[in-house]
Amino acid sequence: MFNVSGQDLPPLKIEEDGLPAKPPLSVQQSHSVYDYAKLLSPEERRMLETKISKYYDSTSTQIVIATVKRVNDDISLYATEWAHKWGIGQKDKGNGIFILISKDDRKITIRTGYGVEHLLTDALTRRIIETEIISYFKNGQYYKGLSRAVDAIIKVMAGEYKNDLSKDYGSGEYIFWIILAIILFIFILNIFSKGGGSGNGGSWRSSGPIIYSGSGSSSWGSSSGGSWGGGFSGGFGGGGFGGGGATGSW
Amino acid sequence: MKKSYGIIIGIIVITFLIYRFAAGFYNTAIVYQEDAKTAWSKVESAYQRRADLIPNLVNTVKGYAAHEKETLEAVVKARASATQTKIDPSNITPEQLAKFQQAQQGLSGALSRLLVTVEKYPDLKADKHFLELQSQLEGTENRIKVERDRYNDAVNKYNIHIKRFPGNLLAGMFGFKEMARFQSEKGAEKAPKVQF
Repeated sequence: MFNVSGQDLPPLKIEEDGLPAKPPLSVQQSHSVYDYAKLLSPEERRMLETKISKYYDSTSTQIVIATVKRVNDDISLYATEWAHKWGIGQKDKGNGIFILISKDDRKITIRTGYGVEHLLTDALTRRIIETEIISYFKNGQYYKGLSRAVDAIIKVMAGEYKNDLSKDYGSGEYIFWIILAIILFIFILNIFSKGGGSGNGGSWRSSGPIIYSGSGSSSWGSSSGGSWGGGFSGGFGGGGFGGGGATGSW
Repeated sequence: MKKSYGIIIGIIVITFLIYRFAAGFYNTAIVYQEDAKTAWSKVESAYQRRADLIPNLVNTVKGYAAHEKETLEAVVKARASATQTKIDPSNITPEQLAKFQQAQQGLSGALSRLLVTVEKYPDLKADKHFLELQSQLEGTENRIKVERDRYNDAVNKYNIHIKRFPGNLLAGMFGFKEMARFQSEKGAEKAPKVQF
């Protein structure tokens, strides 16, 4: 469904609440920059996603950037509800950050999740927008502004969150598949020893790899995510947003 | 003999079904009510956050514009009356909520008058501390709007649950009362909100 180049995002459906539908898990796992207004080159998007994905791997903190053409609403509130709906950040930690850029309005807003507000305060987000972003955006250097903003956010958040969650989950999943494979293997051996013919052999050969490729591709997706941009291996964690952050225009 | 068995089984089945329905209704209502109460506590803490910013703000403004005494005093007074207006979350009536909303609106008005006054003092407007306070205040106003909307949504869900037939027959028996909502602000249209 998705190219490895990952440039073609699926169109976002606007739902009844006026907010874009949450993207499917495969998109959450492969994207963290939703550049609908096409402000970034594919290469720039990939570099940003790599940075965000690496930071996620070590902290479980999720930073999502979206660019749209226009927001016909209070962008601060709209972005808050958007981020809340998608559930950016982990549910128990609230460590999500959402950056929304409205191209035609020339506005940028940084929204902070419940668990981020005490570090990345409203005043600090405003300072990041004013000192790191605005001057670059004025010159049309969107990548540079965003990249510096992400760096600044990472610096502010330093040391607050550790990724205990997704690693445990990852290894648990791995063990689960190994056990399943062993059980399957024993089961098949059983069938064989009971004198199943060559027909049986054919059927296990065809069923075995299917299961394996299933597990193989899912672990592949998460581990190789970083190398070609990438999103969040565990998908959005369900973090909440309560309206913290700041908005600026360029 | 056979006939009475049938009747007894019938009664047991019907009783069981009624019990299941009532229990389901009650448990769902409790969950929705708790959600609404949680949403309310978030509304209160957003307003509290605003109240907590005000002493700092007043002091900062005083440093530059001490003779704007009236405006400053109005803010302090409005803050006091806003923080005194408390609501019992287990019984949010329209009258109580209207009173609460009025007190908070009084504070909003006093604050916006203060911020208009500030325009006359360029030194104050450039003060780093004031700028930070101003952005905290903006963020807090956003938080208030967000939490109010979510509270209204939570109350809506609860109210619909207890008012819809046949649950409404049981709501009174269990003591579930309708909860009050915030009055929506004017000019909230349903225009398409975003363009990609």
